[in-house]
Amino acid sequence: MTDPTRELENQRLEVRLLLEAIYLKSGFDFRGYAAAHIKRRLDHVRVQAGMAAFTDVIHRLIEDDDFFDTVLTALSINVTEMFRDPSFYRRIRETVIPHLKTYPFIKIWHAGCAAGQEVYSMAILLAEEGMKARTQIYATDINPPVLEAARRGIYPLEVMRQYTANYQKAGGTTSFSEYYTASEDAALLNGALKDNVLFSPHNLVTDGIFGEMNLIFCRNVLIYFGDDLQNQVIKLFLDSLCNGGFLCLGSKESLRFSEHADAFEVIDAREKIYRKKPVRARQERKEP
Amino acid sequence: MTVGAIVIGASAGGLDAVGKLLDSLPQDFAAPLIIVQHIPANAGDALPRRFQRHCRLPVREAEDKEPVAAGTVFVAPPDFHLMIEPGHRFSLSREERVNFSRPSIDVLFETAAEAYCSGLAGVILTGASADGAAGLARVKRMGGTSIVQDPETAEVDVMPRAAIAACAVDHVLPLAKIGPLLISLTSEGKNPCKPTS
Repeated sequence: MTDPTRELENQRLEVRLLLEAIYLKSGFDFRGYAAAHIKRRLDHVRVQAGMAAFTDVIHRLIEDDDFFDTVLTALSINVTEMFRDPSFYRRIRETVIPHLKTYPFIKIWHAGCAAGQEVYSMAILLAEEGMKARTQIYATDINPPVLEAARRGIYPLEVMRQYTANYQKAGGTTSFSEYYTASEDAALLNGALKDNVLFSPHNLVTDGIFGEMNLIFCRNVLIYFGDDLQNQVIKLFLDSLCNGGFLCLGSKESLRFSEHADAFEVIDAREKIYRKKPVRARQERKEP
Repeated sequence: MTVGAIVIGASAGGLDAVGKLLDSLPQDFAAPLIIVQHIPANAGDALPRRFQRHCRLPVREAEDKEPVAAGTVFVAPPDFHLMIEPGHRFSLSREERVNFSRPSIDVLFETAAEAYCSGLAGVILTGASADGAAGLARVKRMGGTSIVQDPETAEVDVMPRAAIAACAVDHVLPLAKIGPLLISLTSEGKNPCKPTS
């Protein structure tokens, strides 16, 4: 039997070559993703394809574009719900919205918006707070088919029950059914929710900043990144926020282990709501 | 062989079994303990609060990218897979269920086995699932120590039996003897498998 430690080292080397191949072929850069996560996902692809080694996966993805798409799909996780973590949205209403109401116009960025559930949740919340007309929402994702689904705003009817329960727990002020039209098996969200929403492709790893945001959502995206890449992306958010702008992460994510933690004030540690400190205050604190 | 980290998997009957195991560990227990207990997605923080009642060590939910710290009990958050990165940090995932479970014991055990190699001990306790069997086999294959609760003494014996069928388990023991074994496995030397980044 082969030495398992050597076998593991070889597998890790092959995974790095595989990620390099994906990058060279497409520009999609998974090299800084969390290693254990990536290896598991690629192992899943390898087993599904009936292949013995990651090197077989490399050969096939270089030659076979359909297989390449299969690999990309396996590497992106897009599980979410409307008003997922209802207590989070209640805290947004209570702690963030009052600040945003003091601005004549606000900009919100949903980074890694998946199929749009969170974007429309926020659009509903803003409408109920009377702020929708003076908000520009940018919704971005790395994955074009997922972004297209977000743009359509159509969800299976069977998930609407869960979304409705979430909406009610999140402090919704009307009936959730006001916001969609149901057909036999799908719910189409009201077109008005898409006003002032711009869907566009954006890669957090390789693309640049979005300027002067008042609020950035990036929930359950950073968990798939390694710690260096997390730091890089949090810096990207820092540079994309206006002074006093808010950053919202997923419920189990945290700035605690980031090298940029000091640049943010913790607004709600449990719901992972942070606020960018004014640049001047940070510089003053650094002086002896 | 000495052990630098311990992973524990439990399902049906696990709340009591894990509680008893934690109760048997002293305040100066050296290694980190990382637990996947199957629990409903909406359980909130009930699990760490419950386990803390039995435990002299601090118990908390593992957070994403948190370094694995000695003398601490980490619990996988509900509805997330918990993994250990090669650099001995936690990472979380919302990918699909494994063995109908999220968190899955296999996901934790397999990634921990690759992060700690021979410096890991894996413990499978009571449960009505086959989750953890493949993970424990991986622990064993990477040179770690495999421990299973004696099926005769487990509240539900399906999970211990599945683990025993999956690999040549090092220790099959009643619950009361698992704590003392963990103490002796961790009481000397350093973790031989250094973190890699």
